[in-house]
Amino acid sequence: MSDDAGTNADTDADVDAEAGVDAVDPEEVRHVASLARVELADDDVDRFTEQFADILTSFEALDEVPEIEREEELANVMRPDERHEGLSQEEALANAPETEDGYFKGPRVS
Amino acid sequence: MATDYNAYVTVEAIEGNDDGPLAGKTVAVKDNISTEGVRTTCGSAMLDDYVPPYDATVVERLKGAGATIPGKTNMDEFGMGTTTETSAFGPVENPAAPGHVPGGSSGGSAAVVAAGDADMALGSDTGGSIRCPAAFCGVVGIKPTYGLVSRYGLVAYANSLEQIGPIAPTVEEAAELLEVIAGPDGRDATTRAPPNADATGEDGASVDYASAADGDVDGLDIGVPTELVDGADERVTEVFWDAIADLEDRGASYHEVDLPSVEYAVESYYVIAMSEASSNLARFDGVRYGRSGGYDGNWNETFAQSRKEGFGDEVKRRVLLGTYALSAGYHDKYYAKAQDARAWIQQDFDEALDEADVLASPTMPVPPMELGESLEDPLTMYLADANTTPVNMANLPAISVPAGETDEGLPVGLQFVGPAFGERAIIRAGSALA
Repeated sequence: MSDDAGTNADTDADVDAEAGVDAVDPEEVRHVASLARVELADDDVDRFTEQFADILTSFEALDEVPEIEREEELANVMRPDERHEGLSQEEALANAPETEDGYFKGPRVS
Repeated sequence: MATDYNAYVTVEAIEGNDDGPLAGKTVAVKDNISTEGVRTTCGSAMLDDYVPPYDATVVERLKGAGATIPGKTNMDEFGMGTTTETSAFGPVENPAAPGHVPGGSSGGSAAVVAAGDADMALGSDTGGSIRCPAAFCGVVGIKPTYGLVSRYGLVAYANSLEQIGPIAPTVEEAAELLEVIAGPDGRDATTRAPPNADATGEDGASVDYASAADGDVDGLDIGVPTELVDGADERVTEVFWDAIADLEDRGASYHEVDLPSVEYAVESYYVIAMSEASSNLARFDGVRYGRSGGYDGNWNETFAQSRKEGFGDEVKRRVLLGTYALSAGYHDKYYAKAQDARAWIQQDFDEALDEADVLASPTMPVPPMELGESLEDPLTMYLADANTTPVNMANLPAISVPAGETDEGLPVGLQFVGPAFGERAIIRAGSALA
């Protein structure tokens, strides 16, 4: 997979389908992990590369699923806005690993 | 003792009201259901010291009904597993089949009921997580129609698929527990009043489920989906057909039905569940709760560190595969096709249930695995969900009841599936067996 695949989604997917899932390589696993904000150890990458190939191969079966016309009966569920008690600031902060001046403390943004 | 087979993550009694339909009963609660002031870990190191500041709606209703909650039960991490071996707190052993898994992901809940350590329990079922452990532990489990039971306070894994439901020794007791937890909730907009609700209920929407557990199957028309029987282990199908014959002796009849779409249920289920999981679990970044990734690196690095330390292998696998399935260039190939499969499965079930009162199949295609047997091969574990996942995809209610044992003494469960909000039909059918 690549970041710029979105501009040519269909072609990319077709190419991948033809190539099978041998296309899963450790670099792709690292890339997806970085998108998902999960740091992986090197041996995790190797194991996941192998397992993802098996799992994605099984997902190939979905190519045989016909397009289905959906008959969903969806209805919006609306209600008037109502004020009610929520969590206190203290309660909301109680599980935070670190707080400062009544706020959550996070890492630097950049 | 529940501690012998590692069924509880936290043993701490939560007392309910003095009076109510569950007064004097103990109801254990799966550890992904929020309990105010009592830690709720989801079986994950990420949340090993997380203490919810509020109760889930189902917990409020348990307390209001007089139940005592004896503790929080062990589970596959965030509900991701079929064996209750992916918990950060260690695997649960099956009290009904020592040396074997209890099924998952609500393995702790089924185990405490099977061992008699709690009268009943709550589990959650995203792709079989109530029915599988009920089947493996020889007890009863109900996965309600999507929208019957509030998910407020359930830590989300795959919201479009999951429901909280009861586990109990008998169908009647499971139905009594369902009565307490069912019904609309202003805090979960996907809940709705069942169309057959009895308007005299306190919330204007309760249904009397327990009275349906009368064991009367005379005239019951059962559809048996061939796809869900043919692929099953012979030791399981023998017990299944014996149970169907028993029901026939009592006035029920059966016919075979075809559900071609269910051949794609496991694959499409996993694409949808993993995709939803990758989004839902994005909230765990170690800032508002959970394991901190530290404060030295930048935002992305510390979040990735938090998730490396906090999540186990199965959770990482599903979050990564879900991220992959939703990413540019792959969305149409995986996620869109899985939604087509879901619509197809819904149509197949609707048609089959036009011609039958309930559908019946083995709950699980295999008997309980030995502890440790399936851990290294995730795909094999996923395929064990072949008979349970289609029901979540179709939003329908299902019950697993004990049908007997294999020659080796391993429990086998039989699953009845009903039409949307047809809980009374599956309770009646199930009560003929348990």
